Formats: sequence, structure tokens, C-alpha cells
Amino acid sequence: MTQSTSAASPPAKISVQNLSVFFGPTPALRNVSLEVPANRIFGIIGPSGSGKTTLLRTLNRLNDLFPNCHSEGQVLLDGADILHPEFDVVALRRRIGMVFALPVPLPLSVYDNVVYGPRLAGVRQRSRLAELCERSLRAAFLWDEVKDRLHTSALRLSGGQQQRLCLARVLAMEPEVVLLDEPCSGLDPISTAKIEEALQALKARYTIVLVTNNTKQAARIADNTAFFLMGELIEFGPTATIFTVPRDHRTADYVTGRFG
Amino acid sequence: MPRIPPRYTQTFAVSILAAATALTLAVLGFIIGFVLEKGLPVVGLDFLLSNPREMGREGGIFPTLIGTVLLPLVAIVIALPLGVGTAVHLTEYTRESRATRVIRFGTDCLAGIPSIIFGLFGFIFFVSALKLGWCVLSGGLTLAIMILPTIIRTSEEAIRAVPYSYREVSYSLGATRWQTVAGVVLPNALPGIVTGVMLSIGRCIGETAAVIFTAGAALRIPRSLFDSVRTMSVHFYILAREGISSEKAYGTAAVLVIAILLINTLSYWIMHQFLAKRSR
Repeated sequence: MTQSTSAASPPAKISVQNLSVFFGPTPALRNVSLEVPANRIFGIIGPSGSGKTTLLRTLNRLNDLFPNCHSEGQVLLDGADILHPEFDVVALRRRIGMVFALPVPLPLSVYDNVVYGPRLAGVRQRSRLAELCERSLRAAFLWDEVKDRLHTSALRLSGGQQQRLCLARVLAMEPEVVLLDEPCSGLDPISTAKIEEALQALKARYTIVLVTNNTKQAARIADNTAFFLMGELIEFGPTATIFTVPRDHRTADYVTGRFG
Repeated sequence: MPRIPPRYTQTFAVSILAAATALTLAVLGFIIGFVLEKGLPVVGLDFLLSNPREMGREGGIFPTLIGTVLLPLVAIVIALPLGVGTAVHLTEYTRESRATRVIRFGTDCLAGIPSIIFGLFGFIFFVSALKLGWCVLSGGLTLAIMILPTIIRTSEEAIRAVPYSYREVSYSLGATRWQTVAGVVLPNALPGIVTGVMLSIGRCIGETAAVIFTAGAALRIPRSLFDSVRTMSVHFYILAREGISSEKAYGTAAVLVIAILLINTLSYWIMHQFLAKRSR
């Protein structure tokens, strides 16, 4: 890919090349190639079982935790192949953070949750941790709601607050890429709006990959959108194009709600 | 056949279950009440803190108190790191395979072996072969081997019960395997591990056969790990078996019951303090 001069297509942060992922003998993703531009929100849509989450979990190699999973092809992060066996997985996961579908606060205080990542990375200085904590919580639009109870259990927060806490926890690692796996699937519209607002603000500093079951959410906030169906990438491009003049009739059917 | 209306089966089930609970509590209450009633009149500060005289017919039980603290302590200090380490290795660092299933089966079998077999092994191996003699160390090592399977299995269950999503979150935040174990898995498995430890302490305190074979039954205060020692359970056994003094025997039994009650309360309290500190 050439370094583009136009603001519309910044250089690719992540480049997926001919990626196939297998669970045992069954392919969950077949021959996927796409480019995720830096400092944009990249939306991934498609029905359940289409491989969206598998792709996301490949990007920070969480699929490594499944013993029967293996992948072929390349995933380049700033040009380096992260699927290479000698690529440092721990370092990779610090650069590419992940927010899961269901909020999973660790049974610790709000503060300890947020600084979990930095502490793992070896940050010990209290002032630095406090600063990271405040900055991340502000960026996740949660600071005002929890600043007076940083040292109470994170399990006492509401579902929407927990999910924003999970976002803040990822941001505290100061990653380059943030992966979100249907982050709003269990949230009410107001909490969803807060997360979307946060993501819009965050793309200035991070590259964001957002898997969503909510097609309208992709239309609202994604700059680019990819449509997956049964393990295959049907098409991807600027969100406006995907939603108004898709090339493939299956994409058209899906985004207009004819199936899925 | 006529169908019994659900509200009758419901009433029937509740009565059966309530009766089971009541019966269990009644038996337990009777035993504890019996021991305390017979034993408490003997128990006093003097009984606890003075040395026995005439084989225990007169005086107190102070050396056996020391022995009862010392032996389980040595056993736990040895068995806890070994057992929890094994459990962590089996659950977090190995994949489920034929080998892990064989190991698990083996531990379950070991847990069911009668304690006297462990006592005999301890006598042959620690006391005779290693020439440690009857002493605190021989007894502690033997008890450690005896409780190891319990500690491994309860720790393993506790570790397995920690939600998988916690591990996933930890790994996704850039944790290594060990950071995940130390930061997320073990703290959340702690209540289960403590339960296993308490069961084990209880078994150690109540043990007689394995202890007589390996730690001996000397009625002195041990000066080192290489001295023989007598625990309260052994003391009780000898007092009752040899017909030395049933009065002192019941006194010892009462102290034993109270001690186990205290240990359990204390462990739970310490655990709750720890958990409360972690997440208020």
C-alpha cells in the first residue's frame, strides 16, 4: 500500500493478508484480506458465526489460548507479522487492547482495575498510576461518575459503567489499537451513546476496530466497515459506500435488514 | 396409578430434607455437648499451662498443646506450597491429557488411603531409613504427605472455579501466565484453598495412628524439630486406652474441640480480612 497523501485514507495500521483461522479442521475464517487504517474506527458487521470475533481475537492473538486453534496467512502491525511464532505476544497485547462483549471487571477496586495493565508492565510510581487512572477514566467518560469511589469494588458499578471501566482499563495501557467485541450488546441506549461518544473522541489517538451486531451502530460511528458472512469477508470499504451502494447483493440484503 | 398432587410431594420433600438437617445437627450437637459437659469441669488455665504428672493422671496438658500446634504447623508449611504449586501446575500450565487424568486419579486414591499406612511409611522411611527417629520433623513430614492429596484436590477445584473470563481479561491486558496466576487466579481461589487447608489442619490435629508411629508420644516440651512430641489426640488416646484417667481424657477432648472451633473461626476471619482489603 502506498503512503497516501489524502486525509481520507491514512496508512494502514493493520494489514490482514490471506488470513484463514481454523478450530480443529473447521475453518472459522477463510482467506481474509483487509486493511485497517490508522486513527479511524473500523466497523465489522455480520451475523453470528460469521467470524467477526475470531478475526478480532486473532489481532491480539487471544486465540492462542485455544489449543485446537491455528491460523494461516499474515497479520501485519506496522509492517511486522504478529502471527510469527517468535513475535512477543505479551508486548503485542499491550499495543493492541481488547474490550469484551460482556463487561468483566476483575473483583478489585475501580482503581486497581484501571491500573492492572500498567502495573503488569512494571509501572510502580504512585503518581504516575494515579495520573494514568484519571486520564483513562476521563477518556472513557466515566471519571465524573466514579472519582469519589475509586477504591470501592468495581463489581458495584452498573453494567454500562463496568463496560466503560473495561474501556478505561484498556486505555490505561496506552495501546495503539483498541479492539471492541460487541461492547454495547448488553447495554441500554444511554450507556451505548456514552461508549460511542468516547470512541469518536478516541480515534484521534487510537486505531479502533469495532465488532458490532448492531448495524446502525456501525453506520453511526465507523469510518470504514467490513461485512462478514460465514467466515468470509464479503466486502469492505468506507461506511457510506457499504451502506448506500454496496457491490455485493448479500451486503445490501444484510444492511437493509432483509436477513441476519 | 393416581397422580400425587405436587403440593403433597413438595411438602414431603421439604419434611425429608428438614429431617436430614435436623438429624445431622442433633448428632453433632450431642457429641459436642457430651464432650464439653464431661470435659469442661477439668479445663482451666492451670490444666492448659501445667505439665502432666504421673503419665497424665495428674497435672495438665501443656506439652501436648505445644505438640498439637507444632505438628500440623510443620505439615502445613511443607504441604501447602507443594500442594498449591502442584494444583496450579496441573490446571494452568498443562493441558488436559491422559497424564493429568492419571495424576488426578492417583491423588484421589492417595486421599483415600488409611492414615495408618502413611504412619507405617513414615516410620519405615523417615524414622528408620533416614534415621530421623521419632520426632516433630518425622511426624510433620508424614502428616504433610497424608494431607497433600486433599490440599491438591481442593486447591485444584478452587482454581478451576475461577471464571475463565478473568484469565482472558488478564492475558488481554498483557499479563504473562505467571502474572495471571498470581494476580487473578490465586487471590480468587483463596477461599477454596483456605477451606482445604482447614480440613487438612483438622485431620492433622485429629490424627493418632500416623503420629504415634512417627512423632512418638513423649510427654516433654520439644526443644527442637528432632525431639519426640505428643499431641492432644494421642494424649487422649493413651489416657483412655490405658485407663489412666478418663477425667483428664475428657478434659483433653474438650480442649481439642474448642481448639478446632477457634482455628476455623480464626482462618475465616483472616480470609475475610484479606478479601475485604482487596475489594471494598
